[in-house]
Amino acid sequence: MGKKTMIALITLALAFVIYPLYQSYNGSETLKDVGQYYIDNGVEETGAQNLVTSVVVTYRGLDTLGEVTILFLAASVISFFLSFSKNDRIKSRSIRSVTEILTTSTQVLVPMIFMFGVYIFVNGHLTPGGGFQGGAVIASGIILMFLSNPRFKLSHKVIQFVESTSGIVFVLIGAAGALMMDGDFLSNKIPGFGFGEVGSIISAGAIPVIYTFLGLKVGAELSNVLGVFVESQSEK
Amino acid sequence: MEYIIITIGFALTIFGLYGILSQKNMIKIIIGFSLFTTGINIVMVAIGFIRGGTAPILDEAGKEIGKYVDPLPQALVLTSIVIGLGVTALMLAYVMKLYQDKKSLNINDYKDLKW
Repeated sequence: MGKKTMIALITLALAFVIYPLYQSYNGSETLKDVGQYYIDNGVEETGAQNLVTSVVVTYRGLDTLGEVTILFLAASVISFFLSFSKNDRIKSRSIRSVTEILTTSTQVLVPMIFMFGVYIFVNGHLTPGGGFQGGAVIASGIILMFLSNPRFKLSHKVIQFVESTSGIVFVLIGAAGALMMDGDFLSNKIPGFGFGEVGSIISAGAIPVIYTFLGLKVGAELSNVLGVFVESQSEK
Repeated sequence: MEYIIITIGFALTIFGLYGILSQKNMIKIIIGFSLFTTGINIVMVAIGFIRGGTAPILDEAGKEIGKYVDPLPQALVLTSIVIGLGVTALMLAYVMKLYQDKKSLNINDYKDLKW
């Protein structure tokens, strides 16, 4: 069979390409220059205790802005794509009744899940976590709400408001860093946002503020994607 | 320890490519893409590993060890995971649309672009 041989050949070719990388890999003992710079100066320059956060939000903040843009584009393409031909489809979906265990536990769990998501993105500069992770946790709470009540509808107005407001605030904070201080876009040295004491929750300049709005934006976008997926299946 | 992780990463990458090429069901092809992305992410995190290092969080517990892994690949992988999620969701939306059109998930039934 020619097709199977081709598949085997292509897979083997990939294995052949990555084998040198695997063989030359040995767990290094010391950091490279860039990583060492972040370890040495990261806390002084950004005030954040979690260095991954200071890389994501401050040193490579522009990357994060692009990432949020990609996520926004994906969400808007999905909602455009799945709601395009809503009218020419008449479809009935049988919805199984939901057990009482699920509905009751949803009422208990959803506020706690939302609170945990907020906790993750508010503490992004101190502990592992941040805006994207917290937003994903919030969207998982939305999944639970969809499971417990299949007829539940997300309010598009609220989603739109949260998403656009937090996106605008994110860019405005970045522009404030560029206009008011040393000319760095998305720098976190903005007057009014002091560095504070490293390790306390109000510290690290603009990082917690940016991460909070990032978390709201990501949570709203992921919830919107889920809502569109569910809505495209529901009966007209 | 780091060899285990990088081996798993490369194995997932190869299995992912094999799944993309060999499967006929479009949902399974998307699972192949997911495996591919996950494998690459694991490899990237493993490359930033420092023997005896801890997570790059400079709190009291981290300062006791005094040796940190590279924060840069971790930040890069964070970006990569989010983009992988966007791509997966987009592919699933396409598959839903194709299924509504032809009621088939088999990729061999879609020959419109084949010449």
